[in-house]
Amino acid sequence: MEKFTTHTGVGVPLRRSNVDTDQIIPAVYLKRVTKTGFEDALFAAWRGDPDFVLNQEEYKHGSVLVAGPDFGTGSSREHAVWALKDYGFKVVLATRFADIFRGNSGKQGLLTGIISQESIELLWKLIETEPGKEITVSLEDRTVTCGELTVPFEIDDYVRWRLMEGLDDIGLTLQHEEDITAFEATRESWRPKTLPAKTEPKQHIEAARPVA
Amino acid sequence: MGTTLAEKLWNDHLVRKGEDGAPDLIYIDLHMCHEVTSPQAFEGLRLADRPVRRPDLTIATEDHNTPTLNIDLPIADETSRVQINTLRDNAKEFGVRIHSLGDADQGVVHVVGPQLGITMPGMTIVCGDSHTSTHGAFGSLAFGIGTSEVEHVLATQTLPLAPFKTMAINVKGTLPNGTTAKDIILAVIAKIGTGGGQGYVLEYRGEAIRSLSMEARMTVCNMSIEAGARAGLIAPDQTTFDYVNGRPHAPEGADWDAAVEYWKTLVTDEDAVFDAEIVLEASDLEPFVTWGTNPGQGLPISASVPNPADIADETEREAAANALAYMGLTPGTPLREIHIDTVFLGSCTNGRIEDLRAAADIIKGRTKAESTRMLVVPGSARVRLQAEAEGLDKVFLDFGAEWRNAGCSMCLGMNPDQLAPQERSASTSNRNFEGRQGKGGRTHLVSPLVAAATAVRGTLSTPADLDAASSNSAVGALA
Repeated sequence: MEKFTTHTGVGVPLRRSNVDTDQIIPAVYLKRVTKTGFEDALFAAWRGDPDFVLNQEEYKHGSVLVAGPDFGTGSSREHAVWALKDYGFKVVLATRFADIFRGNSGKQGLLTGIISQESIELLWKLIETEPGKEITVSLEDRTVTCGELTVPFEIDDYVRWRLMEGLDDIGLTLQHEEDITAFEATRESWRPKTLPAKTEPKQHIEAARPVA
Repeated sequence: MGTTLAEKLWNDHLVRKGEDGAPDLIYIDLHMCHEVTSPQAFEGLRLADRPVRRPDLTIATEDHNTPTLNIDLPIADETSRVQINTLRDNAKEFGVRIHSLGDADQGVVHVVGPQLGITMPGMTIVCGDSHTSTHGAFGSLAFGIGTSEVEHVLATQTLPLAPFKTMAINVKGTLPNGTTAKDIILAVIAKIGTGGGQGYVLEYRGEAIRSLSMEARMTVCNMSIEAGARAGLIAPDQTTFDYVNGRPHAPEGADWDAAVEYWKTLVTDEDAVFDAEIVLEASDLEPFVTWGTNPGQGLPISASVPNPADIADETEREAAANALAYMGLTPGTPLREIHIDTVFLGSCTNGRIEDLRAAADIIKGRTKAESTRMLVVPGSARVRLQAEAEGLDKVFLDFGAEWRNAGCSMCLGMNPDQLAPQERSASTSNRNFEGRQGKGGRTHLVSPLVAAATAVRGTLSTPADLDAASSNSAVGALA
């Protein structure tokens, strides 16, 4: 995961509350086998509407989403985070996030900053008055800056540390690889291994046929 | 103070104690994969240029999407075909053992592990599937994980985890004739509710549990997740050791002795304290069936469809009314009078050889109800072979049932075996959610005994109903 210190990008106003993960990415896109390439699936149901914010030229390449409260509720699908990231979003700002969505975001390096509704309104006003206006998010200072406006945001200390170090859960665990290796050395010899494969003798399996 | 079995297993797999609120790091002894929840995990490894740390503790089978007919032909559904081919490619690229469709060791992942002897006591076992709790029957800590966690285990063979709470489920006494492990677990879920186990590892204890076979213990642990629990456990004993002994991956010689010596320590200490405890009297149990759309909405088969108006709790009343509307049931209808279109015998809950034997025993020499179809799907290709060696396939075919290849089949609507809208099933599987067995399908969860008897009569029935019917007709013949 890339280290996150500050990010500057076009702010996108999403004036909706309770944006659930079905709205972020509909279930029909969950059948894919990849972890990337979900950019077309993001907000799929709204993308057909020419008035939708991401269909406007100035916001198309946005990377800081300024959303209404209770963002990311509903199903636990990690695809919601993948879709936001694949589209190009680095930061989502809202007054409240669903727990699972926020947890998944932290795992995938998407910054979810908690910010007051008053600040949200000020940001909306700025980026709507001047579409394409950039927002700078400093994780180090925990601040959001847009033009003359600078407001604070909140983020869990542990998650902030992980993002700033660029550590995903796996990277974090692998910092303790010596402990894992040491533990493995103590594992008893009776514990089963799948390789080399042992099975009963191979037999032919007759294919069942439909009943006429 | 002593420790519970769950705590012992936790402590024995602790790689690193978490500091400052960070989770503990737990070692994983066995990681099982299937085609649906693994593709993005392997993709994640590829993107980060990471190998699978322990391919020798990893195994894959194909089960969720696989058809149970014409398995020698290309899979017709493109999405399923792509997912299965992706699993095959990933297994090859990362050096993971795979048992593919047509292989004698292919089957539902939770049936394959135990039969190969790679599931044994004292382990930590994970899989991207909530019914991984099945393996807790051996006295192992076994639970389902999400796709990010699948990737985490592939890369590190560990998981960062916060400790669980523990709950004792004491099942006293002896099961009456005609009742099974399935009835125990359906009664447990009806008692504590679908959220009653949340945050807990359940340990099933007591005389009724001790007397169960390994297959039956797996049925109980399998549905722990339906009570919201993270995992279910049963302390290993001689029944467990006898089941494992001699299987392909079972320890041998000195390793076997060392293993059994350790396994015998895997019990909850006399003075250990559970965070919660419930008691169930086995001798009170009757065959259980579900009437609603969650596994907690179940009743003894002698009962009638409940009237939502009689339910005091508003949320539950509303849930019951919605469930009855979906299920197309009228309050007050005796459960025994509900007509069943399709009987499904199979799944990771009840697709093992003992389940097939029990059902075959009931239908042998009887005729299937004309308006009811019966689908028999062995949990694994080996179960199918064994059943055929015992002549069970003949019994099912003579009865008029369909004898299929192994897979998850009609347990979930991800492969061609699905209910049509409003089609009603008596199913030995584990979930009666709306649309679980196919869009609009109506599911009644039952034991293999009830499934078999239902296929004979065409309405929800127990084996005792058949005996009563045949003695009645004998009387009639005499008169």
